[in-house]
Amino acid sequence: MEPCRLSATDLACRRGERLLFRGLSLRLDAGAAVQVAGPNGTGKSSLIRILAGLLRPYAGAVEREGDIGLLDERPALDGHQPLSQALSFWRRIDGGGNAAVERLGLEPLLDLPARYLSTGQRKRAALARLLSQRAPIWLLDEPLNGLDVHAVALCEALVAEHCAGGGITVVASHQPFTLPGMSRMVLAEFAT
Amino acid sequence: MRPLLTILRRDLALLLPGGQRGGTLLPLLFFLAVAMLYPFAVGPQPELLARTGGGVIWVAALLAAILPLDRLFAPDLEQGFFDQWALRGIAEEAVVAARLLAHWLSFGPPLILAALPAAALLGIDAQTLWTVELGLLAGTPGLAAIGVMISALTVGVRGGTALAGLLLIPLAVPLLVFGAGALATGGAGGIALCGALSLLLVAVAPFAGGAAIRAAREG
Repeated sequence: MEPCRLSATDLACRRGERLLFRGLSLRLDAGAAVQVAGPNGTGKSSLIRILAGLLRPYAGAVEREGDIGLLDERPALDGHQPLSQALSFWRRIDGGGNAAVERLGLEPLLDLPARYLSTGQRKRAALARLLSQRAPIWLLDEPLNGLDVHAVALCEALVAEHCAGGGITVVASHQPFTLPGMSRMVLAEFAT
Repeated sequence: MRPLLTILRRDLALLLPGGQRGGTLLPLLFFLAVAMLYPFAVGPQPELLARTGGGVIWVAALLAAILPLDRLFAPDLEQGFFDQWALRGIAEEAVVAARLLAHWLSFGPPLILAALPAAALLGIDAQTLWTVELGLLAGTPGLAAIGVMISALTVGVRGGTALAGLLLIPLAVPLLVFGAGALATGGAGGIALCGALSLLLVAVAPFAGGAAIRAAREG
């Protein structure tokens, strides 16, 4: 995997009139993983979007080295298309292989229009899109939402493999995420 | 370049008649319905129809161009497509340019074809029909560009569709003045001006639309 690094200094985030957090710094080198924890509304998703470069921070700066792979509640898969075609749209852009589909147990669903998938199935499909993107930095916003026990274990295993292969992972979740060596950051500590 | 071609192919599959984002034959049927109903509304005097028919075709084209606006950007923004494209380094401007081309192809050429039966319904002579067709060819890219810009600007606004229709009509007036105006004067000057306006709008649209999409994401 290409070398990657993700660091943020003195981030602050404002949504509307509220300052969600400030003074947040982090530095992740290849192989590192961090879980951003905290109750709803503390700015986990906003932090993920700031790290991805999709949202401008109110203060502070983010430095990225390496491509970003984002998994959030929006799977970016065409609902009317069979899952196979919805996924192959992204494969044509990313140039990845087909292995992820098998890994995530999506073969029985490939002919189904993506809008008929359940929440958990849709999440698995989005994970397949993320895997074939082969980005070194993974930003996962509530990756375990809607997943069953088996899929949760699979997701944790995928993240473990990704980090073992030199990738970076940031998981924003209020649920426990099991990964050896993962550091933990509680957003409420940076609340104002 | 390859990602953009993939995106363009998806856009075409979504927007062309028979595409998946619903009812793209609707503008065409709407256009023909106006041409069919107009003689009933104003009465069947042939000279009146022949005199005003070209203008009616233009107005119908303008209204038909409004119909697909709500589906141009909103679904892709809601489903996270624009986020994923941005992360892959695909500029919003490029995506908007591809969408502009797909949007024009979805209603421009079909309207130009549908103007033939519409002209027959309204009893328009060959010379006027030729002026209408040339005008539509010059004007519809501009209509598409205005539509794309407005659709991108209103993407995060509640009730954006109604607003988009209201915004498009005054902005389309110059195109209509020169395009439909050529019918009265019979000259090529109006059509040339209409084409020039179209070119300008097509050149501006990707940048205005791209900036609007980025602003909507920050909101």
